[in-house]
Amino acid sequence: MAAPVSLQVEFGGGAELLFDGVKKHQVTLPCQPEPWDIRNLLKWIKQNLLKERPELFMQGDSVRPGILVLINDADWELMGELDYKLQDQDNVLFISTLHGG
Amino acid sequence: MCQAREDYGRRGPGRRAPPPSCPRTCVKCKEASAVVVIRVGDAFCRACFREYFVHKFRAMLGKNRVIFPGEKVLLALSGGPASSAMLRQVQEGLSRETAKRLRFVPGLVYVDEGAVCGQSPAQREENLARVEAIVQATGFPFHLAHLEQAFDLPGSILRRGPRGGDKPCPSYKEAVEDFIQQQRQEAADGDGAASLPRRLAQLRTQDVPAGEEPAAPGARLPAAARTEELLQLFEAAETLTAKEELLQMLRTHLILHTARTQGYTKVMMGDSCTRVAVKLLTNLALGRGAFLAMDTGFMDSRHGDVAVVRPMREYMAKEIAFYNHFFGVSTVITPALRAKRREKTSIHRLMEDFLLGLQAEFPSTISTVYRTGEKLSTAPAEASSEPGAEPQRCLLCLCALDTLAEEDLALEPTLIAEEAAQRPQGLAEDGCCHAGTQGSCCQSSPTPGAESRAAFLPLLCYSCRLTFKEMGHPDTLPPYVRSEAQRRSRRAEMKQQIQEFLLEDDDEDPSES
Ligand SMILES: [Zn+2]
Ligand SMILES: [Zn+2]
Repeated sequence: MAAPVSLQVEFGGGAELLFDGVKKHQVTLPCQPEPWDIRNLLKWIKQNLLKERPELFMQGDSVRPGILVLINDADWELMGELDYKLQDQDNVLFISTLHGG
Repeated sequence: MCQAREDYGRRGPGRRAPPPSCPRTCVKCKEASAVVVIRVGDAFCRACFREYFVHKFRAMLGKNRVIFPGEKVLLALSGGPASSAMLRQVQEGLSRETAKRLRFVPGLVYVDEGAVCGQSPAQREENLARVEAIVQATGFPFHLAHLEQAFDLPGSILRRGPRGGDKPCPSYKEAVEDFIQQQRQEAADGDGAASLPRRLAQLRTQDVPAGEEPAAPGARLPAAARTEELLQLFEAAETLTAKEELLQMLRTHLILHTARTQGYTKVMMGDSCTRVAVKLLTNLALGRGAFLAMDTGFMDSRHGDVAVVRPMREYMAKEIAFYNHFFGVSTVITPALRAKRREKTSIHRLMEDFLLGLQAEFPSTISTVYRTGEKLSTAPAEASSEPGAEPQRCLLCLCALDTLAEEDLALEPTLIAEEAAQRPQGLAEDGCCHAGTQGSCCQSSPTPGAESRAAFLPLLCYSCRLTFKEMGHPDTLPPYVRSEAQRRSRRAEMKQQIQEFLLEDDDEDPSES
């Protein structure tokens, strides 16, 4: 059993418009059998934070192309992308580079 | 070059980045740990990324050498990431040590499009306040335009401006030497501090509009009736694609008007590489193939006196987003045009989704599209007509017409048929005299207050015809478009009358001899 994980989840570049315009979210992920990774986090966001039009944020089990992900201020491509194992107090930032919504 | 580093292969699971346990080091300094991956697989640390980003801007301007020292350059800000990063590059460039300093004189323009993007007056005010806070911190002269002001534009905005008087343009080298000479002179006169900041300060006192005194809420926005008129114009456009094109056109014309009235000879737009690639494919789909180079190239001189340059066109949207995040560049996001319920999305959005989707799988998609665009030249489109003669230009986009008056009627049977169906009662289909081939016959039949759609067609390029077809009735168009269309139609009519006269003369010749 993994312990609960506290995160700061942020949205920018217009992605916040999908989350009632709120940029910073303090999030506590519940205990679950396997450790939390970005893949699970996205699923959790879809169920708990994303109220409407999930297709504007997600595609399949990942983010929609054109949305950047930074983990603790570094490109997620350097961190293992969806497989990155979240640690307590991590900061995950999603920046939209999309023009139209 | 960098091409060698790119692989066109699909991103397999094997290409995944290494786990966080072994953080990658920067490819440049080989010391600091990397924070961003750019191009394909090049990982940079924060400091090296910043250096790369800043250098690229200077290199872009240095390579193209079109902005002269001392020239007034208008930066078009949208509040979005690319133009905000562009503003920061100009600020950086002006504050550098002498040898590397940018030497043009910048000003800023922001077009408030809130009305058509579904923003309430309060939201628009809030947006404007945020934009003003950003621009005031720069100290550059600032010009604000509301989209509603398109209704006050002069018809001349649709005409090419004269290129800098009679004297020939000096070469870049001459201009630089002149500038340095002038600076030495000023220094010798004990006016050594006649530096950019001082001159900017002088400009500011004349230029900074609104905002000197705290205006009452709503006072800065255009009258509600004007906003209503603007909304009707957009409401009348049948598709989101036409609305996007309309917005782009009005925005461009407002920026151009600001440049002309305030004495700027260059406009800088913040189109990123990603944006340029999307625009290339979008415009191709919109039938603007002949004008791709002008629509997306580094320099666009279709307006004659004011040239548009795109110095951000080698930055990927990702690079810009990371730069803004790392170095605290603030942006002000305005929501995009929204599709009405059950309305189809626009070609612009479809192309963006398509390209970004491909890019996710094939990481060199966007740079490949971009580089294909680089190979296009403006020369063929501009030189299509006889040398020396000024080509006929499209009323709306000012590109040299890619249509011939005779064949266009055959090309657009749908348009003509629709026009016939919409024609007011008094004008039967054969009420048209069929005398003119330029559409001038319909123009000359007086239909007070109502311009015929058909009268516009000969004035438009192929692509603008398609867009025009999806826009509302010509009556809803801003006055400057209608008045310039009438002026051109009248001129075409006159030209034809003269030509007919000359032809008669020719015909008589053989019979007399
Ligand atoms: Zn480095
Ligand atoms: Zn056109």
